[in-house]
Amino acid sequence: MAGKPVIEIKGLSYRYERETVLDNITLTVPENAFLGVVGPNGSGKSTLMKLILGLLKPQHGEIYLFGQEIRRFKNWEKVGYVSQKANSFNTGFPATVFEVVSSGLTKKMGLFKFLKKEDKNKVSKALESVGMLEFSFKNIGELSGGQQQRVFIARALVSDPELLILDEPTVGVDAHNVNSFYQMLGDLNKNRGITLLMVTHDIGTVSDKVTHVACLNKTLHFHGNTEEFEQLERNGLSEIYGHEVHLLDHHHEHEHGGVTR
Amino acid sequence: MIEAILRYEFLQNAFMTGILIGLVAPLLGVFIVVRRLSLIADALSHVTLAGIAASLLLEKKFLMFSGLNPLYMGMVFSVGGSLFIEKLRGVYKHYQELAIPIILSGGIGLGVIFISLADGFNTDLFSYLFGSVTAVSRADLWTILAITITVAIVIFLLYKELFLLSFDEEYAKASGLAAKSIHFIFIIMVALVIAASMRVVGILLVSSLMTLPVAASIRIAKGFKQTIFLSVIFGEISVLSGLSLAYYMDLAPGGTIVIISVFILILAILIKKSGFRKIA
Ligand SMILES: Nc1ncnc2c1ncn2[C@@H]1O[C@H](COP(=O)(O)OP(=O)(O)OP(=O)(O)O)[C@@H](O)[C@H]1O
Ligand SMILES: [Mg+2]
Repeated sequence: MAGKPVIEIKGLSYRYERETVLDNITLTVPENAFLGVVGPNGSGKSTLMKLILGLLKPQHGEIYLFGQEIRRFKNWEKVGYVSQKANSFNTGFPATVFEVVSSGLTKKMGLFKFLKKEDKNKVSKALESVGMLEFSFKNIGELSGGQQQRVFIARALVSDPELLILDEPTVGVDAHNVNSFYQMLGDLNKNRGITLLMVTHDIGTVSDKVTHVACLNKTLHFHGNTEEFEQLERNGLSEIYGHEVHLLDHHHEHEHGGVTR
Repeated sequence: MIEAILRYEFLQNAFMTGILIGLVAPLLGVFIVVRRLSLIADALSHVTLAGIAASLLLEKKFLMFSGLNPLYMGMVFSVGGSLFIEKLRGVYKHYQELAIPIILSGGIGLGVIFISLADGFNTDLFSYLFGSVTAVSRADLWTILAITITVAIVIFLLYKELFLLSFDEEYAKASGLAAKSIHFIFIIMVALVIAASMRVVGILLVSSLMTLPVAASIRIAKGFKQTIFLSVIFGEISVLSGLSLAYYMDLAPGGTIVIISVFILILAILIKKSGFRKIA
C-alpha cells in the first residue's frame, strides 16, 4: 500500500550558526503513512519539522512536498501543524477558542474572504473531534495547558489537511485524553487517509497506530516500518542510539507499507 | 456646546479629528498591544517629532518651504523610522526589543539637533509636543480622514491574516501566509496613525491613545472582536469627553483625553476585581 511520496528528503543538512544539528538526512514518507519520529532531546526533531514546514531554509539537500520542490510549493493549506511550543503562546491573548480554531482556515479561505456558515460548521466539528466544543466561547487563556493543546490540534484539523505534522502534540495532555487523541490520529490515518508525521517521546503508546518509525540523532539512525523497528530494538537499538527507555514494550499485529529507506 | 461647534470652524475640526482618532488609534492599537509592540508606538512618535522639527527648520530657513504642513514630513519620518525598526529587528534577531530604544533615542537626537539648528522655535513645536486642538486645520482634517478610512478598510480586509499573525507568528508562516508583507503593511499603518494622532493628543501622548483603551478592554472583553469593539468605544469616550471637558474648563485637551483613558482603565480593573464577570 506504499503510495507516492508525500514528503521526500534528500541529503538534508542543517546548522544553526556553527553547530550542525542535522547531517545528511534522506527520508521518504509515503502517502497514508503514520511516521513516528523519535530521538533524545536536542537530536534535531523539531528542526527537521520546521524544515519540512518551510520555517527554516536548509543549507544542503532537497525537500519535496507532494512532489513539489519546497521553495515552489504553494498549497500550504494541505499541511496542518501542531508545534511543540503551542502552549507557550501569549496566554493573555484576548481570543476565544472558536476564533483561534477559525484562524486555521485563513490560508484555505484565501485573501479578502470572510467566515461563512459552512466554515463555522467546520470549526465546530473540529472542536467536537477534540472534545472542546463546549469551551468554544471561552478565552483561550482561561483553559488549562492540556485543553489549549487540544484546541491547537483542532486548529490544525479544521482545514482538512492531507499531511499533518505534530511535534510532541500531547505534552500536558492527560493519559485519558492522550489515548483518545491517539485513537483519533489512528482514525484520521486509516479512515481519512491523512499522512501523519509525529514527533513523540512515547512511541510505545502509539506503536499500534504508527506504520513507520524514524530514529533521529543528528543523522537518521533508523527508518523503516514498525515491525523492523521492534526487531532492531530487541537487538539492542537503544544503546546505538542513546535512548535509555524501552521504546516498544508490547506486541501487536498490523498491516503496514513497505520499507522506504 | 453644540452651538459653539456649529459656530466655530476650529471646534468642528477638533471634534471631527477627535472622532476619527478615537476610532483608528485604538483599532490599530489592539493589534499593537497583543503583538507586544506597544513601545514601537512610542519610538515612532519620537521619530515623527524629528520630522516635524525638520519641517519647521526648513520652513524657517528656506522660503520655498513656507506653508508646508509639518504633518507630511512627520509622516515621512515615521514611515522611514518604522522601516528602520524592521531592519534592526532583523539584525538583532534575539534582542528584537533593542530596535525600540535605538530608534527612540535616534529620533530625539535628530529632533534636538534640528531644534538647535533653528535656534529654537516658537510655540509651534510646543503644540506638537502636547497637542493643540486649535491648531488643527481643515487640511489636517482631510489628511486624517484619508488615513482613517484607509486603515479601517485595510484592517477589515486583512482581518483574519492580521489576527493569525498576531496570535501565532510561527503558525502563520507555516500555513504559507505572506507574513512579511502583512507585517510590512501593518507597520506602515502604525506609522501613519501616529503621525495623524499627534495633532490632537501630541507626540508625547500618542501611544497612550493606542494602548490605554486596549488595556482597559482586554480586562473585560471576551474574544478578539469584542476587544476591538470595546477599545474603540473606550477611545471615543475618552476623546469626546476629554475634548468637551477641556473646552469648558480650559484644560490641555491632550492631557485631559489621556487622563480620562486612565480613569476608564482603572474602572475596568476595578470592575473585573469586584467579581463582575466578563460580559457575554
Ligand atoms: N534557534 C536555535 N538557534 C540555535 N540553536 C538551536 C536553535 N534551535 C535549536 N537549536 C539547537 O539544535 C539542536 C536540535 O534542536 P531541536 O529543537 O531540533 O531538538 P529536538 O530533537 O526537537 O529536542 P526536544 O526533544 O527537546 O524537543 C539542539 O542542540 C539545539 O540546541
Ligand atoms: Mg523538539
